[in-house]
Amino acid sequence: MTVTEVLRAENVTRELTGEVPVTLVKNASLSINRGEFVSIMGPSGSGKSSLLYLLGLLDMPTSGKIWLDGEEVTTLTERQIARVRLEKLGFVFQFHFLLVEFSVVDNVLLPMAKLGRLTDKEQRERAEALLVDLGMGDQLRKRPDQLSGGQRQRVAIARALANDPLIILADEPTGNLDSKASANVREILSELVHDRNKTVLAVTHDPEFARAGDRQIHIVDGRIENDELRPD
Amino acid sequence: MPLTLKIALTHLNSRRRQTLMSLLGVMLGVAFFMAVSSLMRGSERDFIKRLVDSAPHITVSDEFRDAPVQPAVKRFPGAAVSISNVKPKTEVRGIRGYKQKMAYIERMPGLRVAPVLSGQIIMTYAGKEQGVLMNGVVPELMAGVSDIEDKIVAGNMQALSSSPNGIIIGRALAKKMNLAMGDNVTVSSPVGLVRTMKIVGLFETGATAIDEGQAYVLLKRAQVLLDRPDRANILVMQLDDPYASRAVAARIEKRIGYRARSWQEASESLLSVLLVRNIIMYSVVSAILVVASFGIYNIISTVVMEKRRDIAILKSMGFTARDVRHVFLWEGTIIGLMGSVGGLALGYSLIWVLSTLSFQVPGVTVPIEMPLYWGLDQALIACAFAALSSMGAAYFPARKAGLVHPVDILRGQA
Repeated sequence: MTVTEVLRAENVTRELTGEVPVTLVKNASLSINRGEFVSIMGPSGSGKSSLLYLLGLLDMPTSGKIWLDGEEVTTLTERQIARVRLEKLGFVFQFHFLLVEFSVVDNVLLPMAKLGRLTDKEQRERAEALLVDLGMGDQLRKRPDQLSGGQRQRVAIARALANDPLIILADEPTGNLDSKASANVREILSELVHDRNKTVLAVTHDPEFARAGDRQIHIVDGRIENDELRPD
Repeated sequence: MPLTLKIALTHLNSRRRQTLMSLLGVMLGVAFFMAVSSLMRGSERDFIKRLVDSAPHITVSDEFRDAPVQPAVKRFPGAAVSISNVKPKTEVRGIRGYKQKMAYIERMPGLRVAPVLSGQIIMTYAGKEQGVLMNGVVPELMAGVSDIEDKIVAGNMQALSSSPNGIIIGRALAKKMNLAMGDNVTVSSPVGLVRTMKIVGLFETGATAIDEGQAYVLLKRAQVLLDRPDRANILVMQLDDPYASRAVAARIEKRIGYRARSWQEASESLLSVLLVRNIIMYSVVSAILVVASFGIYNIISTVVMEKRRDIAILKSMGFTARDVRHVFLWEGTIIGLMGSVGGLALGYSLIWVLSTLSFQVPGVTVPIEMPLYWGLDQALIACAFAALSSMGAAYFPARKAGLVHPVDILRGQA
């Protein structure tokens, strides 16, 4: 299988200006290939989430460049960036971050409806198929607040997959789950990478989660301390 | 259906109580706007109708707008000739050649004209004297220009034709002088003529000054009494389109020279009062809608605050600031439109309820009913105003929502 680079960052720095200037991320450079399962680890406040937000284009770096799928994204306008997020990125957050007023299937439908590439019928079929795949087939019409934490996180993963993204970015996806649900989410993400050649970049401080991945990036005080392939 | 509209509908649907409250605000605003406007416009129309129906639309009187130029001035224009004690020539009062002038006016379409000769007389009966303004009229022509016939409560106008010595007076005057139908009354004119006339009719207009101070006789009789043969001093006109009076009056005045006053000119001060009243009304009822739109602003602001997390989710998914703004603008628009439609129904029901009311005021024989205006234009004004102010009220919170940064929310959570 050929190695395709999907994400590259060069000397990315993010500073917060204010009375006390803070450097969240300093000179971070990394490259991620298709089919990798990368964990970003580090103590609380080390800047690992900030790095993820930068790589996920939710935040813009103060300096440095980011390429996504070969395209430099740090120079794009906000509208273009929104489009890139819609087409190429999928997010899973620590808290379930679902829209509580919408049913499970409608939550998964939203990104597809926004993209508008599929017909209404195809969108619905795909949303249902994704949820069935993740074992949520019998909960389609439920509201998010009727689900357990693990179930909600599976809906969130289904939603992240809706537009078949290049990379799934996860921010502490198991941070709020019990061990059983954590193991389930871990398995799902791992399966996505290994069986379906998806790319996952996840921030975690759960060592067990990190062990499921192929590669671990350690961050301390906003700097990448080491970046290593999992020793198998 | 646009996706943003779908999200807006879901938001509104999931917080029904708040949606209902803001809807109610708009509905009440629109309904009150309509009810008040209907009453004001209705009473204005009623007022103008009374004004137009009871008074002649155009009155030509034996006056000139400017005093006539005297022969001496004509002879020596701008000259420094001094002639003392020049007095204007004494003229017989009245409209000269009124029959020719009437013939000219009558040729205009959509217009009816009648001659009147009016002058002061003194009525004497049982030792009581009363000064009265006597109007000499041609009953057949008068019917076309005045509603005085409808105001006659005993006898009728035609009785003047059949009994040339007949006189019609106000009921209030009859009561004051202890007169009844068929009584004979002595009438003396300023030129010294004294006649005995017979009461052949009584009228009641409701205006005391007229009911106590005016009388109607045959035109010929008036000409004799006032010693002005073949003269009339007023031509009264009624038009099919009362609002054309101003223009028609100007034309007539230009042609015949005598002063022609339209009802608008005669009641200018009243009409300006109506205008002020309308301004007051529209500011008050608009205030209701402005208050309602503050309600919408509040509710949508609250929704935006509560939905910051949802906004962050939508944006992280790839929704743009514009999409997010549209969601909340839709919410304002939906509330505005639905409130307008509901308000329309409520407003017309309110007007209907008002129309069923009638008040019995002591001393007044006819119960008073609300003069109402049912026109669609006021409803459209109310709806347009409500819809626009709702959208305006939604705009500011919507803009704020568009500016929410997902990272701020994510950091706050993590």
